[in-house]
Amino acid sequence: MRVTVSWLREYVDLPADLPTGDLEQALIDLGIEVESVVDLRATVTGQLVVGEVREIEELTGFKKPIRFCRVDVGDANGTGEPQEIVCGARNFAPGDRVVVILPGGVLPGGFAIGARKTYGHNSNGMICSAKELGLGDDHSGIIVLPPDVAAKPGDDARPVVGLDDVVFELEITPDRGYALSLRGLARELSHAFDVPLHDPAMVPAPVGTETPAYPVEVRDPVGCDRYAARLVRGVDPTAPTPSWMRHRLVTAGVRSISLPVDITNYVMLELGQPMHAFDADRIAGPLVVRRAEPGEKLTTLDGVQRVLAGDDMVICDDTGPISLAAVMGGETSEVVAGTTSVLFEAAHWNPAMVGRTARRHKLFSEAAKRWERGVDPALPLVALERAVRLLAEHGGGTPGAEILDIDHVRPRTPISLPADLPTRRVGVEYPPPRVVALLERVGCTVAQGADRLAEDPGAVGVASGAGVALSVTPPSWRPDLTDPADLVEEVVRLDGYDRVPSVLPAAPPGRGLTPRQCRRRAVAWSLSERGYVEVLAHPFVSPELADLLGLPADDPRRPAVRLANPLSEEEPLLRTTLLGPLLGILKRNLGRGHRDLALYEIGAVFHPRVGAGSPPAMGVDRRPTDEEFAAADAVVPAQPVHVAVVLTGDLDPAGWWGPGRAAGWADAIEAARDVLAAAGIPDERVEVRAAEYAPWHPGRCAELLVGGTVVGHAGELHPVVVAALELPRRTCAMELSLDALPSAPVTPAPTVSGFPPALIDVALVVDESVPAEQVRRALEAGAGELLEDVRLFDVYSGEQLGAGRRSLAYKLTFRAPDRTLTVEEAVAARDAAVAVAAERFGATLRGA
Amino acid sequence: MSYRNDPYDPKQVALLDPAALAAAVADATEAFTAATDPDALTALRPAHLGDRSPVSLARREIGALPPAAKSDAGKRVNEARRAIETAYADRAEVVEREQAERVLVEERVDVTLPYARRPRGARHPLSTLMESVSDLFVGMGYEVAEGPEVDLEWVNFDALNIPADHPARGLMDTFHIAPEGSGLVLRTHTSNVQTRTMLSRTPPIYVICPGRVYRTDEVDATHSPVFHQAEGLVVDKGITMAHLRGTLDHFARAIFGPEAKTRWRPHYFPFTEPSAEFDVWFPEHRDGPQWVEWGGCGMVNPRVLRACGVDPEVYSGFAFGMGIDRTLMVRHGVSDIRHLFEGDVRFSRALGTGA
Repeated sequence: MRVTVSWLREYVDLPADLPTGDLEQALIDLGIEVESVVDLRATVTGQLVVGEVREIEELTGFKKPIRFCRVDVGDANGTGEPQEIVCGARNFAPGDRVVVILPGGVLPGGFAIGARKTYGHNSNGMICSAKELGLGDDHSGIIVLPPDVAAKPGDDARPVVGLDDVVFELEITPDRGYALSLRGLARELSHAFDVPLHDPAMVPAPVGTETPAYPVEVRDPVGCDRYAARLVRGVDPTAPTPSWMRHRLVTAGVRSISLPVDITNYVMLELGQPMHAFDADRIAGPLVVRRAEPGEKLTTLDGVQRVLAGDDMVICDDTGPISLAAVMGGETSEVVAGTTSVLFEAAHWNPAMVGRTARRHKLFSEAAKRWERGVDPALPLVALERAVRLLAEHGGGTPGAEILDIDHVRPRTPISLPADLPTRRVGVEYPPPRVVALLERVGCTVAQGADRLAEDPGAVGVASGAGVALSVTPPSWRPDLTDPADLVEEVVRLDGYDRVPSVLPAAPPGRGLTPRQCRRRAVAWSLSERGYVEVLAHPFVSPELADLLGLPADDPRRPAVRLANPLSEEEPLLRTTLLGPLLGILKRNLGRGHRDLALYEIGAVFHPRVGAGSPPAMGVDRRPTDEEFAAADAVVPAQPVHVAVVLTGDLDPAGWWGPGRAAGWADAIEAARDVLAAAGIPDERVEVRAAEYAPWHPGRCAELLVGGTVVGHAGELHPVVVAALELPRRTCAMELSLDALPSAPVTPAPTVSGFPPALIDVALVVDESVPAEQVRRALEAGAGELLEDVRLFDVYSGEQLGAGRRSLAYKLTFRAPDRTLTVEEAVAARDAAVAVAAERFGATLRGA
Repeated sequence: MSYRNDPYDPKQVALLDPAALAAAVADATEAFTAATDPDALTALRPAHLGDRSPVSLARREIGALPPAAKSDAGKRVNEARRAIETAYADRAEVVEREQAERVLVEERVDVTLPYARRPRGARHPLSTLMESVSDLFVGMGYEVAEGPEVDLEWVNFDALNIPADHPARGLMDTFHIAPEGSGLVLRTHTSNVQTRTMLSRTPPIYVICPGRVYRTDEVDATHSPVFHQAEGLVVDKGITMAHLRGTLDHFARAIFGPEAKTRWRPHYFPFTEPSAEFDVWFPEHRDGPQWVEWGGCGMVNPRVLRACGVDPEVYSGFAFGMGIDRTLMVRHGVSDIRHLFEGDVRFSRALGTGA
């Protein structure tokens, strides 16, 4: 909402010398956001004066017609002689009064005006258009002052064109519809400065008459609880909108259309009552206000044919719908160039109905915005009186004596407010008389009364206790005040938020982070310490990603949660694996010249509950039962937290110390093992085995199991996937579900023996297909309790072993808890270990 | 003492001459001084202290002297030998020390050679900031509550007093989950955790809820469809706005330094009443000390308490929330929110260790 200070001053006695900054701060303190402040007085500097055109000499021979003008600027130029100015506009004639900026002045945008020679003449200044003065976009010609403007040559032109004002652009919160008007803003400012308010709505207005101004039937008093109308006949269709009104409309961002329409908009800005003007001669028969028939059609003022829904409300005549109620009028009944009979409508519509209609038809008009936020139902007759008088004054019409007023507005229910509630909720001592005074200031009627909560099931109250109960009836313009909490806010807002003291509450003892939260942090730090960089990707992915990753048709990562309104139609799905977005970030980094990359992300993936349907409807008047909420919650997609890494280039870079080492499949698997270790899963509970799983290379993919459950995969990506995603060759990745991991067990302490170890190396020759992990397990199983550690230190294959065979060299560490092992004991344990490996996999000792 | 029947040799007797002994000491001292390293010094030892050295030969001749002269001669020879031994030891100490110093000089390296054998990894600064915020509140006795990012509309809106047809719902540019009528949205705020916390716990409730949220904002320097919030919720007996202010003041000082201040502006949120937006002032702002918008707060609307099964006649509460991204950007002078989500390793590396 854009308003000028001069307009505000018509309704509230602001201090004459009020600095703009103080006004801005007052608005902020009232809860009205100030988007911008434009001081028009500072936008044009130097002499900007009214001039009267004396002579015009048409210059020819140039690409466009040019005029050489002599303009009377009074004594403003110091000589009293007419000012000679070259001008390119043609929309003026001798005798017209125009706006002249004299040499030395500066227009908005730093455009300095000087005396210069142009088109063969000296031009001393400039005749200005509205656009050049920063007064809108009109550049069709220079400003010609209308006859109703009193100004003589040489006068300062700023007050004449509205450049003596300050424009505030305000953002009004959705609860305060009344502040979308000069009336509401003036009321708020009268509170802030404690100065008199001249409420333009608190004026006498004639009431409804026996005979209606026009026959109207309201068939849905829920959607429309008030409908008022008055008729003005004999309007001069050529009567222009007075310049002051047009100026205010333009400043507020409202286009000037015609006098009757401009009046409805002006009254809306002034009072907050959206109105509509019909051409009474273009309506056929009586009006009916009703819900639309589903599928009914109406062409609105913007020329769009709208198909209506049964929830929309329409105003109909004999021909059918002629107006989309509260949102936009229709073409067939609008005021046109020749209109002489104007029927003004001022109604009161259901806010929720208007909101739905506006959203359904994407028609967020100024009227709809106000209806949605709540309009004072007491306004219609005042607004009609104001509109009718303005039209009669400026359009010369004759108002009809008949006034239509179909009023179903219900009186407001008082709110029961314990007088001490503001004190108890805010922590500031508000004596009851102070509470009453503040509430009365916002327009409430306050009575000492019984607790009437029982009669008002719609409000959520707070027991009054032993204290005084106030019965508070909010004013008609504050539909947002329904609960005691709303009244508490009014008290603290007007008393000042800065009066609220600072007191730290003492929480009861907490339990700290949950094991799950601790685990997530440990995993993150572990990866970071190993050189991985954490990133946070957007979770939006394309439907093609599943194909690019080579996911099988029945892969559980194919069904995805789909957005109804994605930002990009190309990425309407939520990720089911972290890898897609993470690889995207890998590529972005590669594109920026990074070559050696190790990235990770910890975040949720989304798996829809296929066939879950819609959640059951739940109200808000009570807590849903556990069963109701469980049924609703069952619809919410599964969102397990995953961790993933991607790797390319060198993990250990080359440098002065020697060559680098490229990241490979083993690093990805190591990252997975590191994650599991950081998550508190003991090594012996982790199993790694070969797997074929997209998008990994079928020969270079490991699945990781904890307690027999697959928790993730790691290895090198499939060459086809690498090619499809245009990734560097041998890009590696790991992904596992942190939520699939069991909680970390309490680990029993190891026996730390102080006796010396016995170290024995064994090289076992086995078939290539036997996983090293299985051989290790066999050795462990066979060696018995004396085995402390087994470490694979060499893998060898060569001709002498035979095709398809390889040698795995292990270092076995034996140690006893209570003695130094003898060579015989160690050898016996070694032999037992090898025997199990031989039995399970046909392993033979190399060289034996 | 036995008499050795060696033939008397006047030349050898000359070795016992005091002048000759003094010359032997002088020779030895001079030779030792000329040695510059322990090896050279060791090599000189046989010549001056060995079996064939002058002092050793002189000692051998003592036996040939008349008994009366033996004592004096023996004393002279011992003194000379001791002098040479001392000269040797003194020199040895010097050359060994010099040698040790020389080695340290020779082994000097360029310690400024680049260290990048294993490039450092990094946390994301948003993650570490969310953890710092969590830790601050955990230290005050709060617990960290979490909730789903795709959630029921009822949880995200209805229960928070944002009815379907209310313009406040339109203010939050919401991602809806297909198909129409799914009843699901990407949460527009972490307040969904408020709802779930109140449904699943009984007061007193003191929780902080950091997490990811979504709005249909096109990406530009200050907007991202994905961003992060941290939300605090307290529900207890006798909670007032003063407690809210105290908590926010404490929070502000922890994040923005001990001189940070907060101020409130009345505002509207459906889920709180009274409501306010709050600003923070801190001296280290990139553009000088100033007020910046930080977040929203208020007293939990009794309607919300009721929908979540908390008796508003017994309990009251406050809630506050702020953008973690915004907090990071303000505190560290990040000019473009895209840096937070593009994943350029330079950004995380620079900020990701101690945000």
